Amino acid sequence: MQALPAAATAPILEVRDLRTHFFMRAGVVPAVDGVSFGVAPGEVLGLVGESGSGKTVTGFSVMRLVEPPGRIVGGKILFRGRDLAQLSERAMRDLRGNRIAMVFQDPMTTLNPVLRIDTQLIEAVRAHGRTSRRAARARAVEAMAMVGIPQPEERLSAYPHQFSGGMRQRIAIAIALLHRPELIIADEPTTALDVTIQAQILAEVQRLAREHGTALLWITHDLSVVAGLADRVAVMYAGRIVESGAVDRVLDHPRHPYTSGLIESVPSRNRRGARLRQIPGMTPNLLALPRGCAFRTRCPHAADACAAEPRLTETAPGQMVRCFYPERVTAA
Amino acid sequence: MLWLLHRVIQAGFVVLAMTVLVFVAVNVVGNPADILISPQADQAERARVIAAFGLDQPLWRQYLHFLVQAAHGNLGRSFVFNQPALQLILQRMPATMELAVSAVLLSVLIGIPLGLLAGLWPDALLSRAVMAGSILGFSLPTFWVGLMLIMVFAVQLGWLPSTGRGRTALLFGVPWSFLTLDGLRHLLLPALNLALFNISLVLRLTRAGVREVLPMDYIRFARAKGLSPARIVGVHVLKAILMPIVTVVGLEFGSTVAFAVVTESVFAWPGMGKLIIDSIGVLDRPVIAAYLVIIVLLFVTINLVVDLLYTALDPRVRSDEAG
Amino acid sequence: MSAALAATADDEAPFRRFARRFADSKLALLGLALLTLILLAALLGPSLAPQNPYDLAQLDIMDGRLPPGSRMGAGFTAWLGSDDQGRDMLSGILYGLRISLGVGIASAAAAGLIGTALGLLVAWRGGWVAGAIMRLVDLQLSFPAFLVALMVLALLGRGVLNVVLALVLVEWSYCARTARSAALAERRREYIEAAEGLALSTRRILFRHLLPNCLPPLIVIGTMQVARAIALEATLSFLGLGVPVTEPSLGLLIASGYQYMLSGQYWMSVYPGIALLLAILGINLVGDQLRDVLNPRTGT
Repeated sequence: MQALPAAATAPILEVRDLRTHFFMRAGVVPAVDGVSFGVAPGEVLGLVGESGSGKTVTGFSVMRLVEPPGRIVGGKILFRGRDLAQLSERAMRDLRGNRIAMVFQDPMTTLNPVLRIDTQLIEAVRAHGRTSRRAARARAVEAMAMVGIPQPEERLSAYPHQFSGGMRQRIAIAIALLHRPELIIADEPTTALDVTIQAQILAEVQRLAREHGTALLWITHDLSVVAGLADRVAVMYAGRIVESGAVDRVLDHPRHPYTSGLIESVPSRNRRGARLRQIPGMTPNLLALPRGCAFRTRCPHAADACAAEPRLTETAPGQMVRCFYPERVTAA
Repeated sequence: MLWLLHRVIQAGFVVLAMTVLVFVAVNVVGNPADILISPQADQAERARVIAAFGLDQPLWRQYLHFLVQAAHGNLGRSFVFNQPALQLILQRMPATMELAVSAVLLSVLIGIPLGLLAGLWPDALLSRAVMAGSILGFSLPTFWVGLMLIMVFAVQLGWLPSTGRGRTALLFGVPWSFLTLDGLRHLLLPALNLALFNISLVLRLTRAGVREVLPMDYIRFARAKGLSPARIVGVHVLKAILMPIVTVVGLEFGSTVAFAVVTESVFAWPGMGKLIIDSIGVLDRPVIAAYLVIIVLLFVTINLVVDLLYTALDPRVRSDEAG
Repeated sequence: MSAALAATADDEAPFRRFARRFADSKLALLGLALLTLILLAALLGPSLAPQNPYDLAQLDIMDGRLPPGSRMGAGFTAWLGSDDQGRDMLSGILYGLRISLGVGIASAAAAGLIGTALGLLVAWRGGWVAGAIMRLVDLQLSFPAFLVALMVLALLGRGVLNVVLALVLVEWSYCARTARSAALAERRREYIEAAEGLALSTRRILFRHLLPNCLPPLIVIGTMQVARAIALEATLSFLGLGVPVTEPSLGLLIASGYQYMLSGQYWMSVYPGIALLLAILGINLVGDQLRDVLNPRTGT
């Protein structure tokens, strides 16, 4: 698989030092705390982490859909060179669903249960550009067919509850693809689906993204999905990226103890019979993070130095790691 | 369809049960001879009426007789007006319906926008004021608010008339106030008075609905599609919260008709509510019984219609019933 | 939640925690203050009032319809004016408040007792009697309380006891429904099953185990019922169906002042109305907060 060097193409999306915090009664939760990454045209970036690692909030931040008490407090979100963090709500609305689209995690809740599918598709068509009702309907039928929904014309006037979860996710994807966006943010779109449906949807999205040259930011907790789909991967922990690089490189030679822990906790055919390992401890409480490296309380290699804040450093071409002892991970 | 039939039969049973109650109330608790015979009647007249109404018959036969008569629309004659009681009530009904429908319209037209305001911007000063006002709306006794409205708008400011229906115009042979400007001026205060409780109710329901729907994934997804806030609130939020509001407003319509009794008394609005209070005052019991029967029919019909509307509006209920 | 936080919350006595949560709302505290004031006024009414408004010998028709602040024939000042019978409005309101609150509390208490007993029994026993009782409750609840009370009083005629009876008749069904659903929910809990397993007597299970755990929603409903009963009594009395003219409650005071309002003599209707409003508002504010605090879903 070709690993696109970041410099080869100008990235469509470049996030620099993004900070999104939630201002709760109990304190400030730094859900996303200084995250930087880029996605090139046609590239698939897998953003991996446990729940609560800030990956979903990162996706919503790019869409500027963070709801109070959350707020983007710093950093740049450069889309085609324009900083989305500074854009007016009106200008942002023109981008959403048009040049940047998003697919949500749970297909059972993303479609409005009291509106018919045609209403929800046609309004999305007409949100960007003047289109007659009839033309918009034709576009909707076309989009439904494209994502593999049989008899799109008849199914169009049904309500969401008359579709299965997989079909609903296909509809959500059809809506995301309506305006041929340059970037799609997919927030665990297959997690809530059966495994067989999951594979179908993955293949479908991969095909459509390839055909349209769409960049994909694929948010997931599932490394096996990333392995099959992504070109590059970024691993998040406690609101920060702890490791990133080409997907083969990172999965075969993880340099961060957290990444390596994640990989070892995935069942695999090669290690059949071997005991699955799990990362000790719990997902950290973002209100009371340990000083220095956030992972050190769960890390097998932690040392005194880890009480200071590690920086992202390049350990191999294109591979960045936020750890003082990346060489210990290989030794393990 | 089977479900509909079941529902109608059920409603029929409720009406039947209520006629038993009305019958018992009028014929057993009170002395039926006193109820049916004008106090001015002499002894011979009494005996004649007792025989004519079969009051010497056993109770179940009397009840059957009552049912048969009621089915023919005969619920006795008013002593005071010397007219069939049912006819009397039906004549006054349009005025009450006009008042009640206006009140329901007002409560929706005022309650939903205020509720949206309070739901979309819960921390705004105006929203807090609206919510505080709604507690007041629940606590204020209707009749007293009516008096205050009259005092302020009719007596002090002199903007609006205080009593009566004003000039009416005929539509389908029935006089209506809302067809003339003078009639509308007369309608405004009583309708507002009657609407007050429902405004608070609709407002609170709307606000609660908005607060519940706004954090939903599908609203965020609608935003992710690039829809305008107007479309999201006007279509996605409103359509999702309309169901409980329609149900409650529909169910409250009956209460509104009932509470019209109070408003009609305060504003001297010549509807069936004022008639019933006057009839209770002079113990014109056939009218009371007729009013009861009409009200029971009205309530059962309303409950049935609301059920049907609910089914028509919520696609999920519909398919559940079908499946 | 951190361990330290959890510990302080658990150490706190239940009542203190309840009081602290109740005091979270300034509006509720205002309601409580209002309610206390109203209750005190009603309790101390006879010693506060300059005259006994129900004693016809103390009334002088020459004092009729005096504006607020006038000197009455008996030598005291009628700060809120007087009505057409020559009654001092303040005295009338203080005594009227006693009737309004008395009727409201008595009917809500009686309805609460009857409704709770029936509701618990229905939830516990089941069977066709229970089914019939619940049908009756449903039937009654499909008609507005006001209408039912109106009809009962139309049959019985006016009188303080009749009003209480009518209010109990309309209110018991609300309590019965609440008690039944609370009891049904509690019944499925393990502690009741454990009590049944120990073969405790039904009475003991019902009153020592089930009832205390069903109380929170009943307290909330009960509070609200008092406010509803007061408003209903006032409305019925205003319509001339409630208490007798010789012992006017707030609603009747308002009604008798109504005819003079059009000529600008506002005080006969306005002041009793304000007293009525404050009483209902105080109870509603307290009840609202009680619901929030005692609701297991929003509470601790």
